[in-house]
Amino acid sequence: METKTIEGIQELKYTAKDFSSNIDVKWCPGCGDYSILAQVQRTSPDFGEKLENIVWVSGIGCSSRFPYYMSTYGFHGIHGRAAALATGVKLANPKLQVWVATGDGDMLSIGGNHFIHACRKNIDIKILLFNNRIYGLTKGQYSPTSEKGKVTKTTPYGSVDFPFNPLRLAAGSGATFVARSMDRDPKHLQEMISRAAKHKGTAFIEVLQNCPIFNDGAYFQLTEKDTKPDNTITLEHDKPLVFGTNKDKGIKLDGLTPVVFNINEGSNSINDCWVHDEFDENPTREFLLSRFTDMPGLPTPLGILRQHLKPTYDADYHEQVQKVKVEKGHGTYDKLMFAASTWEVK
Amino acid sequence: MAKTVQVVEDVTVRFAGDSGDGMQLTGSQFTDTTAIVGNDLSTLPDFPAEIRAPAGSLAGVSGFQLHFSSSDIQTPGDSPDILVAMNPAALKVNLKDMKPNATIIVNTNAFDSKNLKLAKYDSNPLEDGSLSGYQVIPVELAKLTSMALDGLSLSPKEKDKCKNFFALGLMYWMFNRPIEITLNWLETKFKKKPEIMEANQRALKAGFYYGESTEIFTTRYDVKPAKLPSGIYRNVMGNEATALGFVAASVKSGLQLFLGSYPITPASEILQELSKYKDHGVVTFQAEDEISGIVSAIGASFSGSLALTTTSGPGLSLKTEAIGLAVMTELPLVVVDVQRGGPSTGLPTKTEQADLFQAFYGRHGEAPVCVVAAKSPADCFIMSLEASRLALKYMTPVILLTDGYLAFGSEPLNIPKFEDLPDVKAELRTDPEEFHPYLRNENLVRPWAVPGTPGLEHRIGGLEKKDVYGGISYEPENHEIMINYRKAKIEKIVNDIPDIVVEGDQSGELLLLSWGSTYGAIREGIRGAARLGYKSSHAHLNYLNPFPKNLKEVLSNFKKVLVPELNLGQLATIIRSTYLLEVLQYNKVQGQPFKVAEIEKKIIDVLGGNNGN
Ligand code: SF4
Repeated sequence: METKTIEGIQELKYTAKDFSSNIDVKWCPGCGDYSILAQVQRTSPDFGEKLENIVWVSGIGCSSRFPYYMSTYGFHGIHGRAAALATGVKLANPKLQVWVATGDGDMLSIGGNHFIHACRKNIDIKILLFNNRIYGLTKGQYSPTSEKGKVTKTTPYGSVDFPFNPLRLAAGSGATFVARSMDRDPKHLQEMISRAAKHKGTAFIEVLQNCPIFNDGAYFQLTEKDTKPDNTITLEHDKPLVFGTNKDKGIKLDGLTPVVFNINEGSNSINDCWVHDEFDENPTREFLLSRFTDMPGLPTPLGILRQHLKPTYDADYHEQVQKVKVEKGHGTYDKLMFAASTWEVK
Repeated sequence: MAKTVQVVEDVTVRFAGDSGDGMQLTGSQFTDTTAIVGNDLSTLPDFPAEIRAPAGSLAGVSGFQLHFSSSDIQTPGDSPDILVAMNPAALKVNLKDMKPNATIIVNTNAFDSKNLKLAKYDSNPLEDGSLSGYQVIPVELAKLTSMALDGLSLSPKEKDKCKNFFALGLMYWMFNRPIEITLNWLETKFKKKPEIMEANQRALKAGFYYGESTEIFTTRYDVKPAKLPSGIYRNVMGNEATALGFVAASVKSGLQLFLGSYPITPASEILQELSKYKDHGVVTFQAEDEISGIVSAIGASFSGSLALTTTSGPGLSLKTEAIGLAVMTELPLVVVDVQRGGPSTGLPTKTEQADLFQAFYGRHGEAPVCVVAAKSPADCFIMSLEASRLALKYMTPVILLTDGYLAFGSEPLNIPKFEDLPDVKAELRTDPEEFHPYLRNENLVRPWAVPGTPGLEHRIGGLEKKDVYGGISYEPENHEIMINYRKAKIEKIVNDIPDIVVEGDQSGELLLLSWGSTYGAIREGIRGAARLGYKSSHAHLNYLNPFPKNLKEVLSNFKKVLVPELNLGQLATIIRSTYLLEVLQYNKVQGQPFKVAEIEKKIIDVLGGNNGN
């Protein structure tokens, strides 16, 4: 950490190293979590927050070891309860910047209720969901994001469950910042984390994360050089939806159905493409984008599906407290106890 | 016409009617006036289990009982002397509880064939002689009220709604109480609805003058003021007092109060009440479920708030894992359990003391917590402060047990002076020098270092901690060391709580040992038995884990120890296993509090040579 003095104000300038707790990181070799940790530590200096004002909260699972590796305040909670824990931390002290590191089992299975309600309330917390589509810490059972038919230790004949679509769930529950990135795309992941840090309200990033031990290659189609261009699309604000190795595949809307077309064919042009509006007031396209992964033939969107501003629970709550304090005056013990009718015994 | 005034020491009145008849309001007005004229009192409402039972039905009867006296009393009274019954269903439901020869004031207008049928009466009890053992005073409450409101432009339905104030006025006359307090209350309450205010005021006055001028009332009763300790008093219900106690703890400690809670009968009023105190900066988080209620409170505690969660039995079960987290992370947290009849959904609106084992043992692993209990509605105030004090000082979860009977019962609270409140305070660590998250002080308490404090950044969690340093540790010896520390820390609290006090002889034949809401009935029962020549002493536990230091000695000073409880003997079992002492049990699990008479009888039984088993 360097200390610079600009115009008489002392300014802290952190480096990525300042955010490392310097304890041994104990994820399996090759685990995608290493990359997520590195990208968080690299971007943390730019959050504009003092180290002591940042809190990392987690539940249980491989991902949830995350807070131990950060040098900020941290709370490793119990299974599924990270969102509730983070809500308490933030609501008790809204000046803190509160982050949640969680996994698909932790947040979408046992913690599903807390997740949807945090999104609904738009409490100002940032949630990084490490989605490896498997239970890693308990050694390889299927998770609520595992694809139907998946063979795991608890589904030896293939699972018969339909998986959750995390982005659809987050958007549907009211999260005001909904994004997707990948452990194997460090630059993109850094950008998403930085943007989430600046967002006010519930920010949700699904990070597609490889678990080389129990679900290796779950996302190779999306992450590897030769297949990535045709299977993913990077969303950028105000840019047309174009993807493919030759950048010739466009996406347009036929009514409410997204259709892939060749932008160079016939009378087609790039101008026919759906233009991404990150700040769309209307959530319809956000839902459509979130459903791409459920629709065969469509690429997996990476980037911010939508972000919008609405009052946050914590800000509104404390504003109400201030208002009442102004209206009624600061509470005192006497005011508290003598509000009801009293009588004196001599 | 000459009316006699008869001085009596204590009276128990019950108002009963349809849930729409305003009986709770009538009762609480009578209570306020009674408190202000200086009687000691204790009240208990009886709500119907269904929210909107059909009008006039047995299931829809709502009651309010008030016991008031010129001496010190502790219970709302076993059986009423006077019943005000607004309809046949109210009469039917309540008659079995009345004293022989009790006075019953009935609203005869409601005794029509429809209401009699709804109350499942085959014949009119006012006419068939079935009430011959009582003093029945028939009053045409509805008709007289409507006459009194003649000329007001209210609908007949609105006028009919005022009849509870007529009944109240009549009771004020009967017990020689002023009507001004209620008149003033109506004035403020209905400031914006002058017609309604006027109607209720008129009904109240009409009821009062009706008593004065009719011949059916020949006697008035006078209950002289009680000799209570000097001070300024207010009436409180248990849940209200609990809420006030935590706000007071917040003021005293200077910490923000944070409540994470999920509505549950009979604890919801604490959440409702605390939601009002935004002027005190209280943060109430109505969580999505019980687990979030406690976990958000743990998060708030980590952030430096005085953190609280409130619930009842089923909710305590759901919070159990999280209490373990608070034990492991050694964060201050108060968990209030307003006990109700269990297990499962059980009897949500009824009282019981069957969560003591859960409070003591209901967690996996070795996870001791501090357990305290309130003994009366007003005591909920003090015990909330005490629970806060201990949680903060010892960085531990504290479970405060109250119950449904305390939650809705009321009694006067002698408002303590601010400087006399328990010393609720927190030491927030700010000095980074030699800071380690699990470095313990002389009480084995770790420092409280909250986010936002520079230089104290650290990580905690549910995994076992390395002694002193707080990092994750799987070392076998370390685990045992930490388990022993957590246990020893709770045991150290014994030096910080008062000794148990024996009321009555300090040694002798029989001691009654109690905890929680049975205090009042047991105290009065002991007095009653003593009047009949059966002497026993009383010791009451407000602090359950740890027990007061002198408890064993106190118990050994008596030949017999009787433990009355509203469960199957949970305290008795813990006492036996802790002290290897044999104790006698007296148990009742009917969702009802002990009656004074039951305790009295039990004492006589035990002292008469029968151990009561
Ligand atoms: S089990 Fe999988 S997710 Fe967990 S640490 Fe190992 S590689 Fe990573």
